[in-house]
Amino acid sequence: MLSFLLRRIVATIPVLVIVALIVFLMTRLAPGDPAAVIVGDTGTSADIARVRTQLGLDQPLPVQFAKWSAQVLRGDLGESLFMKQTVASLIGQRIEPTLSLAGLTLVLTVLVAVPLGVLAAWRHGGWLDRALMGFSVLGFSIPTFVIGYLLIWLVALKGGLLPVQGYVRLDQGLWSWLRNLILPGLTLSIVYVALIARVTRAAVAEALTEDYIRTARSKGISERHVLVRHALINAAVPIVTVIGIGVALLIGGVVVTETVFAIPGLGQLTVDAVLSRDYPLIQGITLFFSVIYVLINLLVDLSYLLLDPRIRY
Amino acid sequence: MMTRSSFMRFVGAALLPLPAVPASAQEGAKVLRMVPQTDLKILDPIWTTAFVTRDHGYMIYDTLFGIDAEGKVQPQMVDKYSASPNAKTWTFTLRKGLAFHDGKPVTSADVIASLTRWGKRDSLGQKMFAALDTIEVSGDNGWRMVFKEPFGMVLEALAKPSGSPAFIMPKRVADTPADKQIDDYTGSGPYIFKKDEFRSGDKVVYLKNTHYVPRSEAPSGLAGGKRVYVDRVEWIILKDAQTQVNAIKTGEVDLLSWMPSDHYAALRIDPKLEVVEATTAGSYFLHLNHHIPPFDNPKIARAAIMAINQEALLRAQMVYRDLYKPCTSIYPCGSLLASDKTSYFTGKPQFEEAKKLLKEAGYDGKPVVLMQPSDFNLLNKLPPVMAQLLKQAGFNVDMQSMDWPTLLMRRARKDPADQGGWNLFITGWGASDNMNPMYFAPLTGNGEKGWFGWATDPKLEQLKSEFVATTDPAVRKRLAEAIQIDAYDNGLFAPLGEQKPLSVLRRGVVSGIVKAPVNVFWNIKKN
Repeated sequence: MLSFLLRRIVATIPVLVIVALIVFLMTRLAPGDPAAVIVGDTGTSADIARVRTQLGLDQPLPVQFAKWSAQVLRGDLGESLFMKQTVASLIGQRIEPTLSLAGLTLVLTVLVAVPLGVLAAWRHGGWLDRALMGFSVLGFSIPTFVIGYLLIWLVALKGGLLPVQGYVRLDQGLWSWLRNLILPGLTLSIVYVALIARVTRAAVAEALTEDYIRTARSKGISERHVLVRHALINAAVPIVTVIGIGVALLIGGVVVTETVFAIPGLGQLTVDAVLSRDYPLIQGITLFFSVIYVLINLLVDLSYLLLDPRIRY
Repeated sequence: MMTRSSFMRFVGAALLPLPAVPASAQEGAKVLRMVPQTDLKILDPIWTTAFVTRDHGYMIYDTLFGIDAEGKVQPQMVDKYSASPNAKTWTFTLRKGLAFHDGKPVTSADVIASLTRWGKRDSLGQKMFAALDTIEVSGDNGWRMVFKEPFGMVLEALAKPSGSPAFIMPKRVADTPADKQIDDYTGSGPYIFKKDEFRSGDKVVYLKNTHYVPRSEAPSGLAGGKRVYVDRVEWIILKDAQTQVNAIKTGEVDLLSWMPSDHYAALRIDPKLEVVEATTAGSYFLHLNHHIPPFDNPKIARAAIMAINQEALLRAQMVYRDLYKPCTSIYPCGSLLASDKTSYFTGKPQFEEAKKLLKEAGYDGKPVVLMQPSDFNLLNKLPPVMAQLLKQAGFNVDMQSMDWPTLLMRRARKDPADQGGWNLFITGWGASDNMNPMYFAPLTGNGEKGWFGWATDPKLEQLKSEFVATTDPAVRKRLAEAIQIDAYDNGLFAPLGEQKPLSVLRRGVVSGIVKAPVNVFWNIKKN
């Protein structure tokens, strides 16, 4: 187990180096120039050239990469070209809203999707199965922003029950925090419930055809016990894998939802950084996401050990 | 053991007593929540000319002079001033009682340091400092500026409303090199910036400066008394137009400083909301690259300008007739220097004349590259219409879509259009930018040293020098007209008309908006 952990950690180093190099090259080779954005409308070509020099953007690419790499190795992700704040502090400011939204979405999703998937598998081919799978197709098919605006219209504008935008930090009160997250959390959950319910259904349905299920049933074990203790536990590996992928996607890929509900999270920060060509910020966030993805993958792999004793690393 | 029902009771009890409003809403304090034009990232208004940073500057800094609602320069921090008859020596005295947010008095040493830093970055400031012989402290909290040659634009330079306004900072801050961003945001303006609550992309917070001493006059544009009637202003960053509309409908914000034009019809009829004109009209301009063919030939440049159909272009972009107005003057229509003397330019298409000019000039039919910023909602519908108009005038047009940062980068390139350069692009300017020829960045005729497009026009530069030297309003008006006619004759650029920037506020809740060349937030009352 320990050697597996060490091997996995060592294996992440080349991944992170390659990611860093690709992101660095992509930011530099893509058209656009942060100096032109900084200077603003009334600046001239000479002003842009001066700002480029100040920011070190006129230096050869290998020099720029070497400087940035040295900085990262010292544990410093650099400073935003625009905001006079370190990349680390900007990520720090944005991580709470993103984790809050991802966490709430995950809880809602797992609480709804797994039972739905098990139910659908149990009534495989029946009307309940068809209804649930129909719902999941709908969940996939409707774009997130449509769901978001629909919920806003219904719950916030017509019902006046919840706010339409913004994020309130957890230290300002649990209810304040939660009421701003319910609508975006629900919006995202609809998509993820659809995904995870389908995977759960498939995995549990397959497990239900196994011999040990027939044996369990023939021993007179209750159907609820059969479903949860035997079928679901044995079908857990693919479900956990999909949940892991879902969490990774949630952390980095909730831009639309963050925009619709004006949640200042990491997704928004990434888009802002790209649109303004804030090179250190783009590079820092991407590296941060890479580390998060690697960690989530590691956790998923480790969970296999708990879920399936036959798996040994 | 906790049963299901007791668990639900526990959850309910845990959630209900908690406060339902954000702590920032501080009980009893009047908090104005408004949505700015865009996200605030850079906090140094001398480092960038971004509009939102300028607006942030007006919150926390004060200026020596301000432009009033009639477009006239009025003293703001200055009490008395005088100029020698030859406009070479200017003396100023500060108003009494001015203080920075940290309580320290504003002195002429702070003013000189601030002007010196500003003069290194701003185009008009650079011109002023190039003409300056000495600037020194004089008398009781005053200073004197002595010029090598007559400089009649001193007051206009110190009152410059946009680009980089000459904001006054404490000397310790203003001593920061002009090419380095400041990190101390102490000013002497009507609001105090809450640095600890600043979250770019989320919220910017300002507190009322209770020690601010406003002028006694009524507010007028960027001049007059800057009185503050709320305790706290929060700029809420909402990028999505629909979210902005939803937020003001539910009362989560009190004011949208820039109404999303697509939502005009719905907002106008909402009885809970009021649509108001808070800033003077802005203009769209077609800019041409004079550095490379074919617009290095003034005849071909004029032909492109003859293709302009302001009505068609503006309707495509703004949709609603209330939101735009054709205007052929380079300076905002209705402003002090506006003129209807526009040479051949009518703002209506003259396709046959344009074709004739193209033939005379020997246009070879090579495609002209028109850049379109597809992600910039405020102007992305203009280029497709302009492309069609140019085609009708006989041009072979290659409209290329890109995002705004790419356009900004590409417009700085001087390469031929088919090798990464460009021929045409459209952008927007606020009235504060083009109300005076010395404010208007694209109005340059000094070739490669000038603004993007790099026109060479010695006559234009000569007229501008004459404009800078005089203080006579009648002479200025005549020179401004001459500059306009010269710009059209050489095909420098052309206005596509004016758009009316509107703000939206909660009816009966927010009042007292001051109409100014830029968005300002003093004098606003909240019930």
